[in-house]
Amino acid sequence: MINEISKLNKKIFEAGIEQKPTRDGYGQGLVVAGEKDKNVVVLCADLTESTRSHWFKEKFPERFFEMGVAEQNMATVAAGLGISGKIPFISSYAVFSPGRNWEQIRTTIAYNDSNVKICGAHAGVSVGPDGATHQAVEDIATMRAMPNMKVFVPCDAIEAKKATVAAAQIWGPVYMRFAREKTPIMTTEETPFTPGKAYEMWNPPTGGKKPQAVIIGAGPVLYNALQAAKELEEEGIGTIVLNNHTIKPIDEKKIIELAKKCGAIVSVEEHNIVGGLGGAIAEVLAKNFPVPMEFIGMQDCFGESGAPDELIKKYGMGAEDIVKAAKKAIKRK
Amino acid sequence: MDILHEKKIKFLEMTANQIRQDIVNMLVEAGSGHSAGPLGMADIFTALYFHILNYNPKEPNWPGRDRLILSNGHICPAQYATLARAGYFHIEELKTLRKLGSRLQGHPRRGALPGVETTSGPLGSGLSQAAGMALAAKLDDKKHRIYCLMSDGEQDAGNTWEAAMFIGKNRLNNITAIIDRNNIQIDGFTEDVMPLESLKEKYEAFRWHVLEIDGHNIEAIVDACNEAKAIFEKPTLIIAHTIPGKGVSFMEQDYLWHGIPPNKEQAKAALVELRTLGGQIKSEHE
Repeated sequence: MINEISKLNKKIFEAGIEQKPTRDGYGQGLVVAGEKDKNVVVLCADLTESTRSHWFKEKFPERFFEMGVAEQNMATVAAGLGISGKIPFISSYAVFSPGRNWEQIRTTIAYNDSNVKICGAHAGVSVGPDGATHQAVEDIATMRAMPNMKVFVPCDAIEAKKATVAAAQIWGPVYMRFAREKTPIMTTEETPFTPGKAYEMWNPPTGGKKPQAVIIGAGPVLYNALQAAKELEEEGIGTIVLNNHTIKPIDEKKIIELAKKCGAIVSVEEHNIVGGLGGAIAEVLAKNFPVPMEFIGMQDCFGESGAPDELIKKYGMGAEDIVKAAKKAIKRK
Repeated sequence: MDILHEKKIKFLEMTANQIRQDIVNMLVEAGSGHSAGPLGMADIFTALYFHILNYNPKEPNWPGRDRLILSNGHICPAQYATLARAGYFHIEELKTLRKLGSRLQGHPRRGALPGVETTSGPLGSGLSQAAGMALAAKLDDKKHRIYCLMSDGEQDAGNTWEAAMFIGKNRLNNITAIIDRNNIQIDGFTEDVMPLESLKEKYEAFRWHVLEIDGHNIEAIVDACNEAKAIFEKPTLIIAHTIPGKGVSFMEQDYLWHGIPPNKEQAKAALVELRTLGGQIKSEHE
């Protein structure tokens, strides 16, 4: 059942649940961050409306910079701003930033320790009809492997807003991943968001059976994880769903605690299973407490054109896939 | 700023010579690194640090300082030697270049050494960082200037032109960029590797004010930097024609000296040539 402490949306399993894209949360978060701190500046590479940077632009035109289709320049100009006391947010699609400008981010932002926040929008296959050129499935891996970089993957628009505001307040480089499509609002304003602290969205009813597996997810696919947990509960299999919104630094303590408690893990992400959230969890387990683990995500392949729900289904990231993976992991104990 | 009189020019020329000797000493001690670029840029570094820039080596992070962004980080021996001579740290530390635990990294790292403003090495990213700093200065209504030193080889990089376009668009007149036009890069002469000319017309088309100078003439370097300050409607680019390996005859104009250090014997010969001003001073016997 829904973990009370997480204060999730009470209508979470209702058909008419409110839906919004996480990029909306980014746009709203930028405005809040801009109000709180006059040093917040926003740069965008010809995708101002798409990334929802236009809300900031309308409110603070003097602190908004249009960079044109030039992501390498955007990252490096931001690096210069960031070491001059500004808090720049750079906005584009994840395939371009941190895709095309990876080395610039590495040298001039991460190694340079410049206070830049990177927004990768339209990440994952749920971009849909645009096809694989625009579906980033490697961004978590490439950003996670970079020293001095933090990585947030918010699950809905509300969490995205909180992550954006938090990013402005934390010193140093941060990568944030957002999606194009509307997705269910799972959390509320009251849901806790502490960078680096994963929290349980779902756990077995009190007094019920011990959880047999933990499903650890990040991003909007957590909704599928919750649906899977509900289905499993109906079948008498208790699980925990952990919202691991901060992929780096990862909440090692929580993951080890739950691995010990449940003995089986399923990772869920709209990203390649190589190097992403699953990889990060596996690193923690291998070092501390290995348990059977299954990986839900892109199985080391590119996506294609299609409707978002069709793609999620085709590439094995639906609730039914998570149910199967959980059973498999439990069986392997 | 002081007036540039005869005596000051002499002092600057001698300082540049001293910095060239430091560079040779550092490179031979390190056993790796780049020779041609640093020697070629010694006069420009000297003119900037000993006549043009506003800074305080005792307070390297003073907010009012002019910023010098070294985009082509591989010529950092010239910057390190100049910073040491300018009082940022002790000359002795130059010997630690490229060694384990040294603040003098093979390519510069911001925060590692006082006076180093940005991390650099991968080419083509300095001009845009200068743009970011110039934008920040405009937003905060600060009057310091941003100087960006680039190589000609990195004019191959798309990132450089993205920056040039952005700076032109935003009329960042607080930027003075200087290209070390020495015509060489690792694989050969720049015009063979990837033709760049006409650099002047290209930057002008990108809305820059462009000057061309002899990059070894102290007076010309100072004049150009002063003119740049007086141009209000545009950023300024100074194309400084230099001789790679300048001051050491067997290195001059030879692209094979781009990325290697002198061995002990070569270093000795180089130092004799520098100390005797190319054989003009006869009293030194080595």
